Amino acid sequence: MYGNDDTGTAGGAPGAQDRDAKRRFDQLIAADQRIEPRDWMPDAYRKTLIRQIAQHAHSEIIGMQPEGNWITRAPSLRRKAILMAKVQDEAGHGLYLYSAAETLGVDRSELLDLLHVGKQKYSSIFNYPTLTWADVGAIGWLVDGAAIMNQVPLCRCSYGPYARAMVRICKEESFHQRQGYDILYTLSHGTPAQKAMAQDAVNRYWWPSLMMFGPPDDASSHSAQSAAWGIKRFSNDELRQRFVDISVPQAGVLGLSLPDDDLRWNAERGHYDFGPIDWDEFARVIRGDGPCNAERMRHRRQAHDDGAWVREAAQAYADKRERKHSDKHEDKHEDKHEDRLRQAEARAS
Amino acid sequence: MSEQPGSSRRDWPLWEVFVRARRGLAHQHVGSLHAPDAAMALRNARDVYTRRGEGVSIWVVPSAAITASSPDEKDPFFDPPQDKVYRHPTFYDVPEGAKHL
Repeated sequence: MYGNDDTGTAGGAPGAQDRDAKRRFDQLIAADQRIEPRDWMPDAYRKTLIRQIAQHAHSEIIGMQPEGNWITRAPSLRRKAILMAKVQDEAGHGLYLYSAAETLGVDRSELLDLLHVGKQKYSSIFNYPTLTWADVGAIGWLVDGAAIMNQVPLCRCSYGPYARAMVRICKEESFHQRQGYDILYTLSHGTPAQKAMAQDAVNRYWWPSLMMFGPPDDASSHSAQSAAWGIKRFSNDELRQRFVDISVPQAGVLGLSLPDDDLRWNAERGHYDFGPIDWDEFARVIRGDGPCNAERMRHRRQAHDDGAWVREAAQAYADKRERKHSDKHEDKHEDKHEDRLRQAEARAS
Repeated sequence: MSEQPGSSRRDWPLWEVFVRARRGLAHQHVGSLHAPDAAMALRNARDVYTRRGEGVSIWVVPSAAITASSPDEKDPFFDPPQDKVYRHPTFYDVPEGAKHL
């Protein structure tokens, strides 16, 4: 739903309009303008966006799980309050994105159903467990950092509602990344045991974070068309390289190492070289054989089912109020009617 | 959208959310959300769209209550102003020497 048509202004022959609409879409894309919900758009463009935005929305809400796992065990009240705010943000990000997807003519409940039966995916990174408190830090620094790298260019995506949602999300994500970095910095400058815990978390999250940028450019099936449509501004490998380049010095400040023996500065390229990524692992986790896939899905479905009574109660309350409201309305009408009758009778007598 | 078989669920209606960032500014559309009624829509809008002091006032409007112009923004609906360039101050040549015009 994005406004009802004012039928008074609609007109023209439909066939000619379609041709014009296609040409206008191409012109808007070529001029780097935004497409808005009620514009004509090719079916494939719409489908690509729904798939991408839904996957993104699902990732936000599934991403609440690994971090939510540590809310009750955060090491201080301050850390706990911060983590709760962060997890609440993730729920909000999910909502912004589901709303953006809905402007394309799908229903949020439909997308959730597709997630729950496994027909739509979420980012594979959330299928890794958070074994220690340091993992919350590694997720903030690396996972949210990689997400920001992916998401900043999406603020200029050709589809208006998606781009606007990303602007809001990116603003909030920088808090997420800094809180993660803050956790790791505190641990890496603490006791040797705390530093070891931070190093272990970085060791486990580094490679999966690099996988977040998706398959290498020569194996990425959706990239070319998405780039032509202005949905994707940079290739997977470009963004991955940029992420490696900014992360290496950040790891230096933390006093932690990154688990890659091939990682070294290449003066000729002006970039860090890094070792090969285990794409078999990536495929395995996407296929459903990651450490936590089953648990994440089970938990999501259960949370949805457990919340059913709340949704139903809110609806029942809204219905009751509406009934009361309309009854009152009718009563008023009847009162007036009776008044008039009484007045008429008084005049007649 | 079609209902899932065996599901008796009815989806909460969609609301458009408008936020006044601070006094002196107009309310601006920030997004949408689902809620069973206006009171819940307001509360949810507060939680979702003003977690960081983004607003001092919120409007929620049922999406179904919004009437929109035709999707095509280059529609004849918007044409008339384009050929009335004399509505813009830049249409007029200001004679030399005339000031504060």
